[in-house]
Amino acid sequence: MSNSSNESPYSANSAAVRAELSEIDSSIRSAALFFVISAVSWLMVGTVFALLAAFKAHEPDFASTFEFLTFGRVRSAHLNAMALGWGNNIIFAVGLWIMARLCRAPINHKGLLLVAGIFWNIGLTVGIAGILKGDITSVEWLEIPHYATPLLAISYALIGVWGVMAFRFRKGDHVYVSQWYILAALFWFPWLYVVAQIMIIWFPARGVVQSVTNWWFAHNVLGLWLTPMALGTAYYLIPKVLGRPIYSYYLSVLGFWALAIFYNWAGVHHLIGGPIPVWLISAGIVASVMMVIPVIVVGINHHMSVVGLHKEVWRSPTLRFIVFGAISYTLVSLTGSAMALRSVNEVTHFTHFTVGHSHHGVYAFFTMIMFGGVYYMMPRLLKREWPSASLIKIHFWASALGITVMVVALQTGGWIQGLEMNNAEIPFLETVQNTIPWLKARSISGVMLTIGHIAFAINIAWMLFAAGAVRAKQGPTLLADTKEGGNV
Amino acid sequence: MKNLPLLFCGIFFALAFSFSGLILSSHKQLGSLTRTTETLVPSDNDPTVMVMPEGEPLFPAMPGGIEQQGKEVYISMGCIYCHTQQIRRSGFGADFDRGWGPRQTVARDYITQDRVLLGTMRAGPDLANVGGRIFQQGGRDWHHLHLYNPQITSEGSTMPPFAFLYEEREIDGAASKDALKFPPDSKYAPAAGYEVVPTHRAKALVEYLLSLKINYSLPEAPIIE
Repeated sequence: MSNSSNESPYSANSAAVRAELSEIDSSIRSAALFFVISAVSWLMVGTVFALLAAFKAHEPDFASTFEFLTFGRVRSAHLNAMALGWGNNIIFAVGLWIMARLCRAPINHKGLLLVAGIFWNIGLTVGIAGILKGDITSVEWLEIPHYATPLLAISYALIGVWGVMAFRFRKGDHVYVSQWYILAALFWFPWLYVVAQIMIIWFPARGVVQSVTNWWFAHNVLGLWLTPMALGTAYYLIPKVLGRPIYSYYLSVLGFWALAIFYNWAGVHHLIGGPIPVWLISAGIVASVMMVIPVIVVGINHHMSVVGLHKEVWRSPTLRFIVFGAISYTLVSLTGSAMALRSVNEVTHFTHFTVGHSHHGVYAFFTMIMFGGVYYMMPRLLKREWPSASLIKIHFWASALGITVMVVALQTGGWIQGLEMNNAEIPFLETVQNTIPWLKARSISGVMLTIGHIAFAINIAWMLFAAGAVRAKQGPTLLADTKEGGNV
Repeated sequence: MKNLPLLFCGIFFALAFSFSGLILSSHKQLGSLTRTTETLVPSDNDPTVMVMPEGEPLFPAMPGGIEQQGKEVYISMGCIYCHTQQIRRSGFGADFDRGWGPRQTVARDYITQDRVLLGTMRAGPDLANVGGRIFQQGGRDWHHLHLYNPQITSEGSTMPPFAFLYEEREIDGAASKDALKFPPDSKYAPAAGYEVVPTHRAKALVEYLLSLKINYSLPEAPIIE
């Protein structure tokens, strides 16, 4: 598909196209930088809550005299800081920037975008303070109290409209696969969020209809919001950095529509065995298994696009993170399909296996790809290179090893926990105590991730407040020696 | 892809499909469930129609005031992140074998609840029928000790202590009848001359836990002795 148009921005060879992209970059610079800084700040806040929650899970007496730091609240503060603070802000930064570039439409009225972004972060701060104060709703993925959610919904609408407006005023008639993913996600997220708020919090539906709505929403935050944004980013940056087109246009069409059709039915697999009509759960299981199609298709497409260029992938900070994320997408999705099978679910349900699985998805897949996106975007926004390749390497290894340790520990420990819980001859307290070594390993992995995040934050701060030496630096910051230059 | 109306319709209908399939249809199927008697009897007029016998109590029972307040405490402490409130059918998992309840829970068990707290994690045991397992005054005392510090009743538990829901104070005259009854020589007991009493929130939370009972049959889910 790359040959369909020489002007297509994802194969920008001509100086004129690069100049146009540069103009678009500068139009979105202030808003995108605001979102990156907000995202990284929330990442650090979420990391602190994560460490507290992880530690409390095996040391229950730790800081237990403070009501606002009780496990249920700290854990939920962590989830919301990461999902809506880190996740949404980085989507607003990277997603809108890619959308603007692909539409070749500079963003207008950027002041309003900035104001909406500020209100999003105010709403989130109020919401997370509310969780810690005790106004937590105890609805999974919707813990933010009712007095903060309308502000979040309104500011989201103002931000999301920007992506749609960029699309509306795009130039050229070809629409690239990343644009489908981003456009669809911008449209899906508010629908999911508003329906869930209305049916669970504002006008609660009867009984377990709430639970069905809850998991339709919560699973789709991953499937129809984080996933399409990450896939859109990978689809944009893999060809961009490597300078060759995506392997197959038809596979990308198939992958997109299969995801759109199957993913949004899958969430009810979180209620297997629960007090829900069996046909609903069966529908969820079928959809979860059908997800194998888009996952394999996207996996082949991404793999074939980088095959033979492994050296380039390895030396590019962007692609090192993105390819790690793309591989994780295949692994985590296949695990997820397996977990939806009743016989597997009987073991994994209600255990730490599921916690490991969600971190596999949200961190090893989504977050790693977004890290890659930031490594590509920031030099272009700031016209300045990354100050330190060593910090990028520390970030990569700490994150990659940390998340691997976490997923292995939680899934091994969770599987054992599930087998023991299903054996009534083992006292329940024993099943709890046998998870403790695995929970301690999770805490260690959390420390590793923290090291990575600190390296990332230092590099960004250094770049923003760059000394002259950084500003004068020529050529991209790469992770391995190379004779010729190249894309990051 | 250039056909934008098609793209947009696809995006719209993809989510509309699951929204109607999962949300609207479950609302249609379950949204009109009402409370019922434990068993149904054939109608006098038409024996093929089953009706509720007159004068029998309806289930699930409506929650009481203090129990509702206790549920607010349960919600604000985030208990759901370690405790489920659902019993799976016999043979699926070990919910039955562990004695967590006399029957599986069904959709109708939850219709009187403004907020349904099914939960997805069992770092602690299921609580759907905790009031059927730990009950009366002995159960009340047990819950207070357990909430004050789980190590007193369940050594090695990973549940956090909720001592901030209790007040340690000097005994002024007669000891309070609400004071926690620590086992002899407990290292968690207050010093001589002091007592630990529950705050209103702790009392409400314990009443809520005592009220969680699956001790009734439903026509679609009878308790089989």
